[in-house]
Amino acid sequence: MKIAILSGKGGTGKTLVSVNLAKALGTAHYIDCDIEEPNGHLFFKPLIDSKHEISVKKPLVDHDKCTACRKCVEVCRFNALALIGGKIKVFDDICHSCGACSILCPEKAITEIDKVIGYVQEGMADNVKASSGFMNVGVANGIPLIKSLLKNASKDHDVVIDCPPGSACSVMESIQDADYCVLVAEPSIFGAHNLEMVYDLVKLFNKKHGVVLNKSLTGDNPSADLCHKHQIPIIGNIPFEQRIAEMNSNGDIIIDKDDHYKQLFYEILLKIKEEVQS
Amino acid sequence: MKQLLILSGKGGTGKTTVASAFIELANAKAFADCDVDAPNLHLLMSQDTKPLKKDFYGMDKANIDQDKCSGCGVCYENCRFDAILQEEGRFIVDEFACEGCALCYEICPEKAITMVPCVIGDLELYKDDKVFSSAKLRMGNGNSGLLVSEVKKQMKENKIDQTKLAIIDGSPGIGCPVIASLSGVDLVLIVTEPSLSGMSDLKRIVQTSKKLQAKPVICINKYDTNEEITERIKVYCQEEELAFVGLIPYDMHVIQAVNQGKSIVEIDCKASAAIKEVFENTIKHIF
Repeated sequence: MKIAILSGKGGTGKTLVSVNLAKALGTAHYIDCDIEEPNGHLFFKPLIDSKHEISVKKPLVDHDKCTACRKCVEVCRFNALALIGGKIKVFDDICHSCGACSILCPEKAITEIDKVIGYVQEGMADNVKASSGFMNVGVANGIPLIKSLLKNASKDHDVVIDCPPGSACSVMESIQDADYCVLVAEPSIFGAHNLEMVYDLVKLFNKKHGVVLNKSLTGDNPSADLCHKHQIPIIGNIPFEQRIAEMNSNGDIIIDKDDHYKQLFYEILLKIKEEVQS
Repeated sequence: MKQLLILSGKGGTGKTTVASAFIELANAKAFADCDVDAPNLHLLMSQDTKPLKKDFYGMDKANIDQDKCSGCGVCYENCRFDAILQEEGRFIVDEFACEGCALCYEICPEKAITMVPCVIGDLELYKDDKVFSSAKLRMGNGNSGLLVSEVKKQMKENKIDQTKLAIIDGSPGIGCPVIASLSGVDLVLIVTEPSLSGMSDLKRIVQTSKKLQAKPVICINKYDTNEEITERIKVYCQEEELAFVGLIPYDMHVIQAVNQGKSIVEIDCKASAAIKEVFENTIKHIF
């Protein structure tokens, strides 16, 4: 079973829910797809047993072969190549690594070299395998890191995927193979507005889904109201409590510290299992 | 016009709360929401006027003419984005995966592929005595950087004469939309929170800002939820010689204000008093 955790808005508690669900599963593979700001490893503190760099292809122009015909400049839709002073210059940062310039160069003057965009690490924390991707600072697109992480998702054990915020391409990539999507929402109009966005996304992809309300307070909860309006199942309710906030800020896994929360996450897990099997 | 951008690295630290407060305190005549993935600033900025809406086109995307396609598979073999799918013996384009590089269009021996314009987002512009530029990326799309640049451009092109300060609410993370939002700004205010996650993400966004030659200043929101980590963040700022502009306490009034669609500075409370101080300190770094 693959469970994806997403939220639209940042900071609603995706990592809190992901980490504790993985832990509640006992034996599981936790994958942190929030490659811009990976934080799951701060909770698991895994013993790292593998770490490898992820690269993308960037063009390299052989100026001896280049006739300055400008074919590459014309075909590059990202404006990543320019003819300056009779010489082709490549702007790596805006290159999308599509290969068009190299494949279409009539002189075969463009080869491709690997450029590292980040790394992926794996390690064990008790019976949870924790994998995280770290995109390098200054890199615009980390999708290849997410692809690499998901390609290595465990086939033998349950998988928990901690998604990036938003509802853009990186989130879509992350939920593609999920059997169930958990939408984490906080009790504000911001939370509800962004919950509606990810709700549309999981509907579009026809994914089984349910909402975990986090930081719940007494009084108004616009996210709960939205769930009632669209009849979205609420599979868990985590109250706002100073001690949770504190444990979470210190990188503690709350179900390891508190039996009440252990029970709460077991119940969420049970509901997910029932839904996936139905 | 000076531009102040508000970022955080980690999501949910309070960027939009701080941005809306700053807009009120500065009586800003120009502001923008660059969090095109999950825009929320408009929920706090009650506008009397209706926004002008405009479709935003991203990169043209590939489309295969099935009548012309011979099924040779050259496009499928060469696409780096896995955007050509093979379904029931036909090749079709996955428009979400297509990045619009047009390699398939160039190499198709049957000239069966065209590149078609594609709306990827919706731009909104509110304009009366103030200008507010915002946008929403359509679901599942890439190209968020392009849309962010367009939001900023729309704000600048419509600004009222003699506008001194523009306030821009940014997006979480350090990737494409953040990089696009950083270009040309005069100062970046980073709103962080005292947690191991917040601190880890703070370091990454500070490096990103510096790499793009934007000067960062730091404030800590909900500082009293973990005073030990608050101290560690302050020490980090000293070591890195980053200007520290203040502490904002956890305050239940904030979520109440948000849920009423108000800016926190409209309410008299300890968080609003602290944000006023952060505002005064931040402004000194820009003018």
